[in-house]
Amino acid sequence: MGSIFTILISTIFVNNYVFAKFLGICPFLGVSSKMETATGMGVAVTFVTTLASIVTFIIQKYILDVLGLGYLQTIAFILVIASLVQFVEMAIKKMSPTLYNALGVYLPLITTNCVVLGVAILNIQEGYTLIETIISAVGASLGFFLALVLMAGVREKLELADIPEALVGFPITLIATGLMSIAFSGFAGLV
Amino acid sequence: MKFSKIIKNGIISENPIFVSLIGMCSVLAVSSSATNSVAMGASVIAVLTCSNIVISLIRKLIPSEIRIPVFIVVIATFVTIVDMFLKAFAPDIYAALGIFIPLIVVNCLILARAEAFAYSNGIIASAVDGFSMGLGYTLAITILGMLREILGAGTVFGISIFGSSFQPAAVFVAAPGAFILLGILIGIFRTIQKKVAAN
Repeated sequence: MGSIFTILISTIFVNNYVFAKFLGICPFLGVSSKMETATGMGVAVTFVTTLASIVTFIIQKYILDVLGLGYLQTIAFILVIASLVQFVEMAIKKMSPTLYNALGVYLPLITTNCVVLGVAILNIQEGYTLIETIISAVGASLGFFLALVLMAGVREKLELADIPEALVGFPITLIATGLMSIAFSGFAGLV
Repeated sequence: MKFSKIIKNGIISENPIFVSLIGMCSVLAVSSSATNSVAMGASVIAVLTCSNIVISLIRKLIPSEIRIPVFIVVIATFVTIVDMFLKAFAPDIYAALGIFIPLIVVNCLILARAEAFAYSNGIIASAVDGFSMGLGYTLAITILGMLREILGAGTVFGISIFGSSFQPAAVFVAAPGAFILLGILIGIFRTIQKKVAAN
């Protein structure tokens, strides 16, 4: 139990994927301008990352490792993620049109979200078991979710602020992210 | 389209980092030193040029519904080649860049160029576009890497420039410094571009 709790706290706060590991910056900058879109993207990423981690774990352990095809990891994983995203999109469309309307636009974007592939590869590198893999995937995506929602809150306020012309838009967002990252580095040593 | 225009596009007017802001993850992560930045830039140039050439070659064979998965497989193949090459010939750099080598696959820059340029242009134009976009990326990441190294460690490419009395600001080598410096750099780049356009 101890290690599971440690992994969870570490992936959400201490090694937050956005603020400390620089993964998922593109969607982070892209969809964090409004609270509503940030929440939608966060939920979609949590769902896909967890599912993708489980599937890639099984593929690594029972196909790539057994057959000695470790060098195909990148290609195999990205194909799995791309088809999984497609599959999830179709399944949600069929089963829950309400959920599809809420998440639909974000799902195709997730294929190129480095959090999904990053978590899958890091889990293998860390040598986690299946349970630890699931926990770390959930933690990583919750951390991403948290970063997205926090940033959306900041950016809604930033729109009203008087910012130097050259910094309007992405530059000020990056600087705000940097300050938030300093705050998050305060969690270092927690685990 | 003229080659000179494609090159200018890649390096200045549509610079992937300073103007379009795509492919940021690797930029922020590996720019903690100038050497890593150059190595990452070289890997991206190699993958981007090769994938653009191949995608341009097979563009008439790819049905448009499944083009994204096809692009990703082509890109993943070249990323694997770069990954194995670095592992064999430059283990230090391979260790420093770590997970960001396989993550070149999901670098939006490469997929964006495949979709926006290579899928609808000839082979030579695509090769030039891939190379110059990669060069624009490399220049941006190297500038950021050098600044972070100077401010955060007082060195450039590992060579000390201020002598031993310099007190480096370690925050610039850590994560927050990357975000803040890149934000400021983009602001400066925009101001310069505006001044040039006004003249």
